[in-house]
Amino acid sequence: MSEHDNLPERSSGSSPVDLSKGHVEGTGGLPARFENPGLPAHVHRHGDDDDAAARRSERQVAGLFVLSMLATVGFAVAYFAIDKNSTVTLPLVGVTNALHVALGVTLGLSLLGIGLGAVHWAKTLMSDEEIVEERHVLRSDDGARQGAIDVLTEGGESAQIRRRPLIVYTLGGALGLFAVPLGLQLVGSLGPLPKNDLSTTLWSTRIGQRDGKGGRKRKLMRDPEGTAIRLTDVTLGSVFHVLPEGINETEHPLNEKVKASVILVRLEESKIRSQRQRDWGIDGVVAYSKICTHVGCPVGLYEQQTHHLLCPCHQSTFDMTDDCKVIFGPAKRPLPQLKISVDTEGYLVADQGFAEPVGPSFWERG
Amino acid sequence: MSTETPARSADALRKDDDTSAPAKGAGAVGAVASWVDERTGTAKGFRYLMRKVFPDHWSFMLGEIAMYSLVILLLTGTFLTFWFVPSAGHTVYDGSYEPLKGIAMSEAYASTVDISFDVRGGLIIRQIHHWAALLFIVAIMLHMFRVFFTGAFRKPREINWIIGLTLLMLALVEGFAGYSLPDDLLSGTGLRAAEGFMLSIPVLGSYISYMVFGGGFPGEAIIPRLFTVHVLLLPAIIVGLFTAHIILVMVHKHTQYPGPGRTEKNVVGFPMMPVYIAKAGGFFFIVFGITALIAGLVTINPIWAYGPYEPTQVTAGSQPDWYMGFADGALRLLPGFLEFDLLGRTWSFNIFLGAIALIPVLFTIAGAYPFLEAWITGDKREHHILDRPRNAPTRTALGMAAISFYAVLFFAAGNDIMAIKLHLSINDITNILRLSAVILPPLVFWVTKRICLSLQRRDRDLVLHGRETGRIVRTADGRFFEAHEPLDAHTRWRLVAFESNRPLELPEGSDSNGVRRMGAAKQRLRTRLSGFWFNDRIEAVTPAELAAAHHRGEYEALEAAAVEDSHPQEFGGHLHGGAEEIGTSHAYGHLEEEKSDR
Amino acid sequence: MSFLAARRRHPAAIVLVLLLGLVVTGGLYTALAPKDAKAATATADDVKAGKDLFLANCASCHGTNANGTAAGPSLVGVGAAAVDFQVGTGRMPLTQPGVQAQRNKVTMDATETKQLAAYVASLGPGPAVPATEYTNGNGNIAKGGELFRVNCAMCHNFAGSGGALTRGKFAPSLRNIEGKHIYEAMLTGPQSMPVFNDTNLSPQDKNDVIAYLHNVDNEANAGGHNLGNLGPVSEGMFAWTIGIGLLIGAAVWLGRKAA
Repeated sequence: MSEHDNLPERSSGSSPVDLSKGHVEGTGGLPARFENPGLPAHVHRHGDDDDAAARRSERQVAGLFVLSMLATVGFAVAYFAIDKNSTVTLPLVGVTNALHVALGVTLGLSLLGIGLGAVHWAKTLMSDEEIVEERHVLRSDDGARQGAIDVLTEGGESAQIRRRPLIVYTLGGALGLFAVPLGLQLVGSLGPLPKNDLSTTLWSTRIGQRDGKGGRKRKLMRDPEGTAIRLTDVTLGSVFHVLPEGINETEHPLNEKVKASVILVRLEESKIRSQRQRDWGIDGVVAYSKICTHVGCPVGLYEQQTHHLLCPCHQSTFDMTDDCKVIFGPAKRPLPQLKISVDTEGYLVADQGFAEPVGPSFWERG
Repeated sequence: MSTETPARSADALRKDDDTSAPAKGAGAVGAVASWVDERTGTAKGFRYLMRKVFPDHWSFMLGEIAMYSLVILLLTGTFLTFWFVPSAGHTVYDGSYEPLKGIAMSEAYASTVDISFDVRGGLIIRQIHHWAALLFIVAIMLHMFRVFFTGAFRKPREINWIIGLTLLMLALVEGFAGYSLPDDLLSGTGLRAAEGFMLSIPVLGSYISYMVFGGGFPGEAIIPRLFTVHVLLLPAIIVGLFTAHIILVMVHKHTQYPGPGRTEKNVVGFPMMPVYIAKAGGFFFIVFGITALIAGLVTINPIWAYGPYEPTQVTAGSQPDWYMGFADGALRLLPGFLEFDLLGRTWSFNIFLGAIALIPVLFTIAGAYPFLEAWITGDKREHHILDRPRNAPTRTALGMAAISFYAVLFFAAGNDIMAIKLHLSINDITNILRLSAVILPPLVFWVTKRICLSLQRRDRDLVLHGRETGRIVRTADGRFFEAHEPLDAHTRWRLVAFESNRPLELPEGSDSNGVRRMGAAKQRLRTRLSGFWFNDRIEAVTPAELAAAHHRGEYEALEAAAVEDSHPQEFGGHLHGGAEEIGTSHAYGHLEEEKSDR
Repeated sequence: MSFLAARRRHPAAIVLVLLLGLVVTGGLYTALAPKDAKAATATADDVKAGKDLFLANCASCHGTNANGTAAGPSLVGVGAAAVDFQVGTGRMPLTQPGVQAQRNKVTMDATETKQLAAYVASLGPGPAVPATEYTNGNGNIAKGGELFRVNCAMCHNFAGSGGALTRGKFAPSLRNIEGKHIYEAMLTGPQSMPVFNDTNLSPQDKNDVIAYLHNVDNEANAGGHNLGNLGPVSEGMFAWTIGIGLLIGAAVWLGRKAA
């Protein structure tokens, strides 16, 4: 059944006007709709009748083109003549690199001269009488459509598609599968499988470790200097940005930093609300993963008085006195804590790796 | 002095098209043209193209801004490839920018700093490229809004609407890839977040991330891979789709706003040769010129100030470029409880919804809209005359509601900047925006629809009673009237040249034998949607109504036309020929379908 | 320069010239005005005068013995540096309570500040006002930039333009701040800001950071107006207002019939 059957009645040209369901008795012989009155009369421009105005336009257009040429020359002069370190003070903009501004402005004027001139020419001197172009229905006529169908069916007949289904099915199968080798190569070779890479950090290994045995605990090192931190260095209210010892000797330091970055603060022990947190720190000095559990930005905005840790990317807020639980924003999970202690020389070291995966959530973390 | 030539009907004008005889190939131009034509036969097509007519309206130039920005991007982008080194390989900066001397960084970042400071004029090209990218997507979106609100997506242009949407989506990805290439602190943070987005994808997340980055983040593979995507893969697809977009515009011929002489069967405007060659060609230089001026005077993406990407560093105000703002804003608004552990797996909907699902969902809805509207109206005709947005109140209101939702997400991405600049609490801003994302769209829908309906009523009023002249007439019996000047036929046509869709009537749910008809439920849905779309509507003034308004004693007709539920309109006394007594209400022809019809 | 010449008669020009004059005068004054060579050792008189100042201006919140009240923290042990920072930047005495004390008009002169600092320093050991050799900004700009990005940029933004913290608090802009005050802020950790003691950032590190920030203040904008150095938000705003506005303006002009 055609959709047209359900079309509301349209007040198109021929049907009588419907002024709200019969309240109007007839239309008094008036047409149902207004007629298109046709194009309005052409209003002449100054330049159409006044030769002086036209000549003025001509001069303006030429002037703009000349401006463009001058600006182009200016660009070349600026390019060669202005020292790349010289500066210029401009109103509003301030002290600015002179070469850059000169190149930008001359290039802009050179282009604008052409553009403004051409448009001004078109507006004032070219004919501005509107022209009508006819549209034609897009659909092909029935003969052409039938012709196209005939070509298809005849071609099919000639190829014996109907009589040789075996060929059709096997071709379908082959075409359906031909992308598999290409896809396999791409998907298979783009990158390694994640394995447990997302769940481990450099902290879970030890310095000088062989076959998972021996070695000593990694020290907490200042970022970026790479110097070890004594417990006594971390005074109340301090914040240290920390990386594991030996991170620059790894194969991919950046990849390790993404996961192993840590923030270290000292809190008044009485303010710490979680026993676990107290136990994993030392004298109120606690270390937490600096990688946001939302999408992985470094969470470095530590408010010393409220002990809130804010992520600058999406404003997830963590409470450092309460095991870094989320108190605002889109993150769900607390930041994992790094268990630390002091070695014989008084330096802070990590006892073990993080107890759970750091950073953004992923499917397998469970 | 301005003068007028006599009015001509649309048909009469067409005769002029054939009057100009083809120019005799004179001199060198003729010789070259003849040489080319004998080998290609392009003269016919060339002549057709040169006579092609384009209607003049500023809103039709939005697409051209996008097109020219694309050309600028291709041009400046090619320049940049000559100096940019797409490598994550490590190096130590040794260029002329003092604050980075001796800092370890990637070759990609170092070469971008070199382009900015040590390649003469390199920074102007880089900044033109980046500004053009921002303006490119601004123009695409405004162009899309124009197309939507004027109904230009209707048959036969649905395919082009979808191509346009695809282009926008590709432009977003292309922009993000370009933003990420310099490997500065800001873009690196963006890539880090993008990795977090990928990880949130259920089941495949970590595999996708390890494939894209060639291992753990950041690795060394992503910069060269993004480079290929940014300079080869996506530009090729974008240029291809864009070509199809333009060819379809040529095939369909341009739409036009309603107006005297404009019909569904013609297109009125100026010919390609010479007017649009000059105007459109000139406009390319204007767009390029303005972009160059901006690039010369206003810094964009000062990567030298951000510093190289280090995973442990971050800057306050880490935002993506504006076109990705809505997704970033969605991430800031989505609450954390949307992440949960179930069946031993982590479901991170707080990230997945905003970063991964949002874009495809929004684009699918936008892509489906033309087909939904066509199904509801059952309209299978071609449309070349645009709707004035007020004449499609529900569509306009839906569009504005969608834009308001987008705007909330968009502003949410700048919540930290708003907080410092307006001295507000970032938490309050976030919570207010969370609320706004839910209540603003319906509110905007309602307000927009009301505004559209009142604008339509004002149009009717103008047609029925003419323009207020400000001339006060006092009658012999001491009553005051303001004289109204009737509209001339050309002005009036603009206000009455539209059709108002009516809601569908629900057909019988069952046939005479009491058997439910096939598809009745579908039909009911369609009827209900049609009611939602078209129950509130204003019809165009008909000649009969105008005549009625002009003749005293025929107010019944008007009154009948003004059925507004239980609010009967009052009508003031009119002077013959269109005048209105001061202090009386206007006569609107307001039609609102009675709800009991359904 | 043709851009400037063309606008020399613009009404805004005189305003700009006046502004420029003021800035230059101010700058010269700051550069040439006599300075304390070093925070001189405090005398008993200073402490005495400082105590009077304290009782008059500070005691209502910090308590008569500076032990703190509900309205203000204890000042025992905060040191002279904290006083020099808070009073020297006009944050204290607090004019109106709010989520955080903001940079304000300085109400005490250098001598008074010194006396007040001497009094607070006498209450308990705390960081002293730094020596100028570590606050003059003659450090390594590049090193300072790196330290800044690790320790400061996440709150104060890459160019020290400032940033938002939770619940209306914010990290203030660091543009055009005296080196001494930057140093003191790192040393004492005022309000929300954490402490960066000398074992975390050595005095030389701090001077490097100051050098970096002073370079941000003084370096020419390489690419034109810096839009406040706020990142993509201000760029997007520019594109959506002035950028597309100019282009649409051109389109409207193009589509309008000539007179």
